[in-house]
This record gives sequence, C-alpha cells and structure tokens, in this order.
Amino acid sequence: MENVKRKAVVLLSGGLDSLLAARLMLDQGIHVEGINFFTGFCVAGHTHAVRKDRQDRALRNSALHCAEQLGIRLHIVDVIDEYKDVVLNPRHGYGAYLNPCLDCKGFMVGKARLWMEQNGFDFIVTGEVLGQRPMSQRRDTLPVVARESGALDRLLRPLCARLLAPTLPEREGWVDRDQLLALNGRNRKPQIALAQAYGFEYAQPAGGCCFLTDENYAHKLQDLWQSRGERRYDFDDIMLLKVGRHLRPRPHFKLIVGREEGENRFLEGYRNRFVHLWATEHNGPLVLLQGDTDEADLDLAASITARFGQGRAAPSVRVAVGQPGGSQDLRDTKPLPSHAFDACWYL
Amino acid sequence: MPHLDARYLLCPMPVIRVGACIANLVSGDVLTVTCTDRGALNDVPAWCRLEGHEVIQATTDPYGDVRLTIRVKK
Repeated sequence: MENVKRKAVVLLSGGLDSLLAARLMLDQGIHVEGINFFTGFCVAGHTHAVRKDRQDRALRNSALHCAEQLGIRLHIVDVIDEYKDVVLNPRHGYGAYLNPCLDCKGFMVGKARLWMEQNGFDFIVTGEVLGQRPMSQRRDTLPVVARESGALDRLLRPLCARLLAPTLPEREGWVDRDQLLALNGRNRKPQIALAQAYGFEYAQPAGGCCFLTDENYAHKLQDLWQSRGERRYDFDDIMLLKVGRHLRPRPHFKLIVGREEGENRFLEGYRNRFVHLWATEHNGPLVLLQGDTDEADLDLAASITARFGQGRAAPSVRVAVGQPGGSQDLRDTKPLPSHAFDACWYL
Repeated sequence: MPHLDARYLLCPMPVIRVGACIANLVSGDVLTVTCTDRGALNDVPAWCRLEGHEVIQATTDPYGDVRLTIRVKK
C-alpha cells in the first residue's frame, strides 16, 4: 500500500449496505466522505414526520445517523429537478411500478463521479451487492451503472468486489482486495452479522425507501399525470402525494383530505396555493382542492369535507371554502351520505 | 441575526437549506431556524456536529414548531 491517503466518496443511502461499505473503506485507512441525493421520492420517514400518530420510530435522517456512526462528513444534495428526467424518461424502463432503478443508480453514481472530480477524490464506493436487487444489481447490470455513470473502474463495490473484476483502487493498491467481501444474493444475514460486530444501529436492512416502488403512490402519480394530460410534476406535487387521503370525485378535480392533526398542519402550508375547505364548527380535516371547479363541484367538495369531520352525523355542517388569496366563503352543507359516496373515488 | 424559515419542509430539506444558508455566513455568526418537521430536532444538530457548528438552543414550542439557534464555526 502506498503512503498517499486516498479519498473515496460513498453513496450513503441510510441503509445497512452502504454503511458497511463505508466502514470497510475506513478500516483500510481511506479518507471517506458520504454523499446522499435527495430526489423527493426516497423518503419513507416523511409519513412519520408528518403524522402525529406515528411515533413508533426515531424521527431522524438515516443517512445522517449512519454518517455520525462512521464519523464522516455527509453531503446531502438536492437533485429534485435533475431527477425528473430519470423518472419521466428512463432509458432502461421501470420496475414493478414507477421505479426506474437502473437509471436511478446510473444517475446517482454519475452525480457522485462529478462530485468526485470537482472535489479531488479518487474513487466512488457503493453498497451494491451482486444479485441483491432484480433490476440494478445483477451481474449484467452492474457494468451498465459503471459505464453509463462514467465512473468506469473508479467505482468500487466493497461488499461484492471479490466477485467482480478488480477496479482501479484495487489494481493500484489503494485498497487491499483481499480485505473486501464476496457477498452475493438477497440473503442479508452476513450484513446483519457484520453490523452487529461493528455495533451499528441501522434503520432497515435495505436502504430502499423509494416511494416509486410503492404501488399506491405510483397509482397516485399516474393519476396526476393523467389529470394534467401530460407527464410532469413539481416538488410540491410529489410531497402532497405522501399525505392524506386522495379522492377524485370528478375527473377534473381532486381532494386531499388530512387524516389527523399532523397532516392537517402539513396541509396548512399549502393554503396559499390551493382552494381549501374545513368545517368551522366541528373538528375535522383540512381539505385541499386541486383542479378547476364550478359551484356544484364546490358544494360536493364541501359535503365530502363535512363527511370526514365530527359533524358527519349532523343535519348540516358549516364549511369554509378558502381561496389561495385569503378570501373565504361559508357554506352550510349536508354531510355526504354513505350511499352517495363512491369508494372508487379513492386513489 | 439571520433567520431561516424552513416550515413545511420535510427531511432532509431543512438540513439542505441550513447548509446553504451557513455557506454564506462567517464564523461566529448566529443563525436561527424554524421548522415544522419534528425530525429536524435530530437532523439539524446531527449535521451541525458533523460539520463542527454549535447548536446553542434546540426547542419545540407548544404548537410543535422546532426552533434552533446555531453558531457558525468554520
């Protein structure tokens, strides 16, 4: 091994594999810093962050927690806008739902390569394991990631490196190949045993917490595109898809109904952007309305708002309809009865 | 005293915004931050520890807003 301290940037997802990959590099005396790309989708903790009734796990960013355990810097990078092209136009297609896993990995490694070059680092490390993921971690697709990202042989996968051709860091003696691992397949017991040996805490065995792999989320995103007549989204769109009940009572408008206090609080942040409804004399949800509506639509939205509140059994509920500009009007409405509520409205 | 309004942003956006804000400050400056994501109470101090900044105060008010006061160290 030469004396120059080599530098590696590790894609730290917050999952176990990248945590271990980073630790293996630290064990070999490599200077390691983490990088974490925020796409807007890789955020399973958001449900817990918003909902007050979900207090069963620690509210913290998993990647930051991993970095703290490793004692390394973590660069969290907002790639929301750039990532849209990955979601909308994946060269390699989607997985089961709207998850463009192979394109996603190529994109992230490519971003890490640029960061590496701009910051004088020597190579990139990921926690990929051969055969662990059906799309992006196969023997035939791992080279695709290295090639399309431009990282080529500066991409080291310490957890399965001994099953792959030696990379530049191994050939140059920056890292000792014999100390790398030969993990293969979906069995995660070796990683869990290694984490126990290191005394690591980790959020979940796999870092994968991408909403695009979620059937219901993907359905709501497709509904959004269909209603707009084009495939596009912005940051607020994809945040709102994670919150509340989503109903489309008519093709031209949709309602987002807060399910509890935490969600209502979150939806309050969008009152200046959308028409919003709430019962003024009963406890109940804050409801956002998206789409173009006429008076009959607003009456229907008000009756649905009343149905989801504590006045659902009352003969009449007063509902406020607020405009983004701040004005509001009041409607006395009958809560929508069960026979008039179509379960197909749920997205 | 510079203030960052990070209300209604979910993790990790408060951390990203705090980082961007601090990039334009100098050592000794004090930044105050308001967030609605309760996770920020853990995440922003964790990021500050990794970067060497000092969290002077981290509280949650009765309405649930997280308030942080950070002394920049570079």
